[in-house]
Amino acid sequence: MSQGAPLAVAGPASDGPVDYVRRHPGLVLIALLLGTGLALGVAEGWRELGQVTINGVVAGNYFALGAVGLTLIFAVLRLVNFAQGEFLTFGAYMLIVGNAVGLPLVVSVAFGVAATAVLGVVLEVSLWRPVRRKRVGELQLLLLALGLAFFMRNAIAFVAGPQDRASGANTTASVQVGEFRIGRTELIVTLVGLSVIVLVAVALKYSSLGRQARALADSIQLSETTGIDTDRVVLITWAASAGLAGLAGILYALPAGVVNPNLGFSLILSIFAAVVVGGIGNAYGALAGGLLIGLVQEWSTLVIDPAMKVAVGFAVLILVLLIRPQGLFGRGRSVDR
Amino acid sequence: MNGAEVVGVSFAFLQNVDFWINVGVLATTYGVFSLGIQLNVGTTGIFNFGQAGFMAVGSYAMGVLVVKSGVSFWLALVAGIGVAVAAGLLVGLPSLRLRADYFAISTLAFSEIVRYVADNWDGLTGGNLGLFGYADAWSEASARIDGWLEHLGIAPHFLLPLLLVNLALFLGLAAFVALLVRSPWGRVLKAIREDEDAARALGKNTFVYKLQSLSIAAGLAAIAGYMLAINISILSPANFDPVLTAYGYVIVILGGLGSYLGVVFGSFFLIFMLEATRYLELPLSDARVAALRFMIVGAVLMALVVFRPQGIFGKREELTLRARG
Repeated sequence: MSQGAPLAVAGPASDGPVDYVRRHPGLVLIALLLGTGLALGVAEGWRELGQVTINGVVAGNYFALGAVGLTLIFAVLRLVNFAQGEFLTFGAYMLIVGNAVGLPLVVSVAFGVAATAVLGVVLEVSLWRPVRRKRVGELQLLLLALGLAFFMRNAIAFVAGPQDRASGANTTASVQVGEFRIGRTELIVTLVGLSVIVLVAVALKYSSLGRQARALADSIQLSETTGIDTDRVVLITWAASAGLAGLAGILYALPAGVVNPNLGFSLILSIFAAVVVGGIGNAYGALAGGLLIGLVQEWSTLVIDPAMKVAVGFAVLILVLLIRPQGLFGRGRSVDR
Repeated sequence: MNGAEVVGVSFAFLQNVDFWINVGVLATTYGVFSLGIQLNVGTTGIFNFGQAGFMAVGSYAMGVLVVKSGVSFWLALVAGIGVAVAAGLLVGLPSLRLRADYFAISTLAFSEIVRYVADNWDGLTGGNLGLFGYADAWSEASARIDGWLEHLGIAPHFLLPLLLVNLALFLGLAAFVALLVRSPWGRVLKAIREDEDAARALGKNTFVYKLQSLSIAAGLAAIAGYMLAINISILSPANFDPVLTAYGYVIVILGGLGSYLGVVFGSFFLIFMLEATRYLELPLSDARVAALRFMIVGAVLMALVVFRPQGIFGKREELTLRARG
């Protein structure tokens, strides 16, 4: 952008290069990713880069699905649901229950998603709605979510036992795509995940429900005055949020081959990173943030100890908080002043 | 096992000195830990969800300095507090500028990362095999205290010296923080909790005060970490699960937000209940019993928050749980 743009008469946005960068974080991000990818490809070899990129997309899609549910609930209810990770775990265990009663795998997956969605609705009706009616404060909500997370994680461990359980998918078959090998289950799971991500984005943008949910995110009181049945939208948002989280847990469990009670807990950090990176409350941001965190974590394994990849997600989170606390795509107020 | 005696309860443990010493050692540990949470949440109104992380940083710093660098135990105690305070500053600088919920997420994420790094940086921390051999100097000191006790006619007892030191530290620190909160400095913290904009309008640099509050909490967490480290004599990442932070919140809310006497009460009450339930004989595996205990902590936290947010000693007017404007 040239400095002397004649049309920039008034308004706070002078068109210096810095402001341009500020207003187009997506472009900057893409440039950064391309640059990093190029550097990694040159330094570590293109084949290796390709393989970890595939891994990154695989991880990114369950981060994205977990993150979009978390961010939707935050947007609509201002609730940071620390128990989102436990929805992932719950979904994966419901898959195992489905397998155990002899359902075909695909039906078990659907059952797992549906059961988690129902759990989300049940919790809204039995816990969150009554608590909102009591007009509880911010700390109360945060602590409730934290308590619920511990309760659910350990309730699952109590019922299912702490041991690993097989998730029932074939984890040995693999597909050769050009030079790369990818597990067949991994490939299917990723395709399903990515299509659901696109579906969610489209539904949010164009469906009447998506518009209502976004209206609630702006102001629940105003939405009510315009005649939106807010209770209904909140219920459906919970069903969607929990269902997507359940799906994320299942998509993680299938290629991993096993499930244990810490499944969701081990992923929640990356999911939070995805949410914050994308701008908390911003659904598209969460989807992009999930893919970004997956990619960055897997890329990092080329240069540092793979065991530390989760810490890299955290580093990205801190970096974003420092440079752009509202998140890459967020517009909301995230700074308390 | 026949059906008639599925759940066995015996109260004989209440006459066991070891039970009470154990309760005392743990309660003082969690108590010091919770003093920090009380200072942050109850007094300053910042939602520190990462106290377990500061505890890990402090105790691992101490352990690593002694075991890997050969620093003297007593010097390492001081240094570990310094490292924890530095971690508080480091976490607070970027995240304290954020809205309350972002701050909670950032601190929780910090505490998970500390655990993660401790788990995977085997060369430094021993990974999940644990870090041990840092407490030799303490064993000598403990034997010396046993000697003094014998002069007073008290028979030496396992962990009794630790209990006495812990008790003195906990009560001393509780009194110290309670006094600190009554000072002009403490009144600024309360002003921030009540209305940060107003405090800022009075010319107070509220960010610096919040940073100080968080750093002091981190230092307290380090001291609690030492108590834990000496008690269990091996540091492993599993000891610093974020569920510790949940314990801390249960203690703080049980005792009442803003009340330091409440922390003393809450920590002894919670730990007594938790330890006493160990003597319930349930026909369950150890892993299931552990899960059940954590479930109960989660449920108690939720129930307290909903039904009695002011706790037992908390004053309604000091209640910071109300919705912000």
